[in-house]
Amino acid sequence: MIDFLYPDYEIIRNEKRCITCKVCARQCANEVHAYDEELDCMVADEKNCVNCQRCVSLCPTRALKIVKTNNVFKENANWPQVLITEAYRQAATGGVLLSSMGNPQPYPVYWDKILINASQVTNPSIDPLREPMETQTFLGKKPQTVKFDKEGNLLSESYPHLKLEVPFMFSAMSYGSISKNAHESLARAATELGTFYNTGEGGLHEDFYKYGEHTIVQVASGRFGVHKKYLEAGAAIEIKMGQGAKPGIGGHLPGIKVGEDVSKTRMIPQGTDAISPAPHHDIYSIEDLRQLIFSLKEATHYEKPVIVKIAAVHNVAAIASGIARSGADIISIDGYRGGTGAAPTRIRDNVGIPIELALAAVDARLRDEGIRNEVSIVVGGSIRSASDAVKAIALGADAIYLGTAALLALGCHLCRSCHGAKCNWGIATQRPDLVKRLNPEIGYERLVNLIHAWDHEVKEMMGGMGINSIEALRGNRLMLRGIGLSEKELEILGIAHAGE
Amino acid sequence: MKKVYVNEDWCLGCHLCEYYCSFANSGESNMIKAFNKGKKTTPRIVVEEGSAINFAVQCRHCDDPLCVKGCISGALSIQNGIILVDDTKCVGCYTCVLSCPYGCIVTDHEKVIKKCDLCASNSGTPACVQGCPNAAIVFEERS
Amino acid sequence: MLKREGEIRIPSGCAISGFINRSGKRVNGGEIVKSISYMHDRSNGLGGGFAGYGIYPEYKDLYAFHVFYENSQSREETERFLEKHFDIVNLSRIPTRKHKNITHEPLIWRYFLNPLPTKLAASQLDEKEYIVQSVININIKIDGAYVFSSGKNMGVFKAVGFPEDVGEFYRLDEYAGYAWTAHGRYPTNTPGWWGGAHPFALLDYTIVHNGEISSYDANRRFVEMFGYKCTLLTDTEVITYIIDLLNRKHELSLEDVCKVIAAPFWSKIDTLPEKEKAKYIHLRNMFASLLITGPFSIILGFEGGLMALNDRLKLRSMVAAEKGDTVYIASEECAIRAICPEVDRIWYPKGGEPIIVTLNKGGDK
Repeated sequence: MIDFLYPDYEIIRNEKRCITCKVCARQCANEVHAYDEELDCMVADEKNCVNCQRCVSLCPTRALKIVKTNNVFKENANWPQVLITEAYRQAATGGVLLSSMGNPQPYPVYWDKILINASQVTNPSIDPLREPMETQTFLGKKPQTVKFDKEGNLLSESYPHLKLEVPFMFSAMSYGSISKNAHESLARAATELGTFYNTGEGGLHEDFYKYGEHTIVQVASGRFGVHKKYLEAGAAIEIKMGQGAKPGIGGHLPGIKVGEDVSKTRMIPQGTDAISPAPHHDIYSIEDLRQLIFSLKEATHYEKPVIVKIAAVHNVAAIASGIARSGADIISIDGYRGGTGAAPTRIRDNVGIPIELALAAVDARLRDEGIRNEVSIVVGGSIRSASDAVKAIALGADAIYLGTAALLALGCHLCRSCHGAKCNWGIATQRPDLVKRLNPEIGYERLVNLIHAWDHEVKEMMGGMGINSIEALRGNRLMLRGIGLSEKELEILGIAHAGE
Repeated sequence: MKKVYVNEDWCLGCHLCEYYCSFANSGESNMIKAFNKGKKTTPRIVVEEGSAINFAVQCRHCDDPLCVKGCISGALSIQNGIILVDDTKCVGCYTCVLSCPYGCIVTDHEKVIKKCDLCASNSGTPACVQGCPNAAIVFEERS
Repeated sequence: MLKREGEIRIPSGCAISGFINRSGKRVNGGEIVKSISYMHDRSNGLGGGFAGYGIYPEYKDLYAFHVFYENSQSREETERFLEKHFDIVNLSRIPTRKHKNITHEPLIWRYFLNPLPTKLAASQLDEKEYIVQSVININIKIDGAYVFSSGKNMGVFKAVGFPEDVGEFYRLDEYAGYAWTAHGRYPTNTPGWWGGAHPFALLDYTIVHNGEISSYDANRRFVEMFGYKCTLLTDTEVITYIIDLLNRKHELSLEDVCKVIAAPFWSKIDTLPEKEKAKYIHLRNMFASLLITGPFSIILGFEGGLMALNDRLKLRSMVAAEKGDTVYIASEECAIRAICPEVDRIWYPKGGEPIIVTLNKGGDK
């Protein structure tokens, strides 16, 4: 049968450079490369190539490159090739299109339309190499009162909070969607960095309880892997209401990824699909959320902050206000560029709003209502660099969740094929021969390096603005200017235009 | 003394170590030349492949090496803990090949045997260690 | 067209000076004018001002409002408001003398008043909050009216001009007070609005400030959650609100206020004994957004005292000296030596470490 599909990529092999070491064939889980004995050379069938760059990265003589095919359908401004191809694919299978990682469509990226200020003349910039520069961050509800007894002992209550030595955390990625080695890398890096990683909705592998002080345990609609010991193990509990990549829908971990270990950790039978419902079936309204928040607090003796994670959707500010009044200590907002291990393509590419706008709206709303101190705001989806992070913090974020950037540190090349479960980099897979490709010893060090580098860059930019502590950057929108933005966009972002 | 060790948990069986080893011992300045069509190359490290476990094997540089004891021509010797072969003395009897319990001495079309010298003739970290994409091969001091 | 103060944020450099006599001896206002005049080059003629404490002993239990009016309509409207909410004991123009360098003066009036007890009770506010709300009301709602001083037994005098000219204009040599502060402004751009000169005052708090804080918008957006409205967009205004919030509303001591706005570094806090550590962590966490960064040196005047503080990196000059019962603080030593050539002690306060001087017990307020 004709499948109407032509491969998206072509593999270009420089025969003069190829030494036939076969590493490409050995490392391609999609079996694109092969050695042909008769021809005594490497051959390729690009049909299954996902352009993950594993072969290119490992080829010792740089004999390989992968290029976009220049085979074109008849040009049509209304029907781009990708839509035609997707129609063919669905006509062949009758299925919903699946994608992975964040929304790649050419919507505006507001980070790229915001510029950062620096000191000149009237006040000095500060050199982080010579002066103290603080990026330590507390997350959680702020104390409401400050009273001392006669001896000066503090009487006021403070609420459970997280202390971050850097303003970055690793966002929720479940064991199942990513490999055990990926989780170990994240857990060890978070511990070394004095920050936190997040279990996602996959439970906590028994080997990782020892990293509990640096773990945020997630409770999502499927309640996978949730039990008393799990809740007690983490430093904070996150209720996942939504995910930026797929607002309004649940999750689906195919049975193929549910091996013995995953099955045990998730507390579900081996080989069964793990389906997280779209809503929590005990939360159909805001007052139900309040009950879950306090159930979890009750279960953990009010010792841990509770995070509520939502996707950035149109009325995110009102939703956040409701959450802030429901006892949550931290609100995490996930933008539409946020990653996923699998999502329906149409949802990933068309639902939700940019994190920049959502963050600006939420921060402003909470301040207008005078309740900004009730909650901390953590944003993700997607912050791609230290400068994005500085802009996010100046817009009002308390800290940053990094998912995609963390995976990049582990080797991810954003081929967006996680749902295929054959990640050649050992990240989004459970196949033992692939999982072992991610050595946590390397992985954790690369994560630590990335965060250290970003932290240095944040400090450099803060110093340039004459700010020596991140608290003074938080919500400091005067440090930002828009470029090429409309009045409306500037109004929502709460910033002036460059030149003003 | 620093030696090369392999951790089978992380060995992917990609065989790159073999190619980097061959290249390092080829005397060529670039890898493509080292493997020019028809050119025979011999790695001193060999990946043993199993279904789930792979393991790159090379000379352990034993403290009390059987190969050196058995060498009939005095070609094998220990220098600073490294077992080296003197090509000018090796007669190709292969006694060492037979006596090495790890199968780490290799032969090819040339008469003299080949074995790992921890890249003593090259500089710094052995080529197999440098080329391993997963840090499965390490060069370190162990007691 | 140039935007007016409040429509745009204007950075400025400055000179500050102040002194207090601990035994409450009242000193002629001419002294502070002389002191600030020695730092002429630190101002550019676009703003100068003074605050005097203990200057209205005959009205010491009444709030003294100093008000700028752009025209008589704004005065009439304001007076209608005041009459409705206050018992006005005395009102008059503030005496000034013509000065060739001081021009375009608005109408400058002074009111001694107390809240009407019935109105105060109906408002359910405490007295000071009632005053604050009234001042904010006038300043925001009445076009052309601006209350620039609102404390008891104290007053602010400010204008567009060099501070020494402003002092002569307001006839400060005719006042005497136990404490005085002064400010000369060096704004980088301003059309010169009298209300924008410093000190900035709220109740008996006055601030003179030299610096440009980099935390401005973080501070502003935080204090605005608690009913303040930053209309001038100046550092001084937001610092005053921060101190009002912390000292008056949260009842933090001035020492602790300094531990919020010029917080000790985390590396320092980590080394403190448990009790202090808990306190400072609590303060830095609760008031994270009130940390002030960037260069500043401020003198806070309040009923019965002065406080001086530098940013925690000491990015602005500030000198202190002592002679007998009097403590002097200024941007430069010359401003102190000008009025007190022989001091007992002179020192450079460290960044983040406040000097707090209050009247001795029994000192006359």
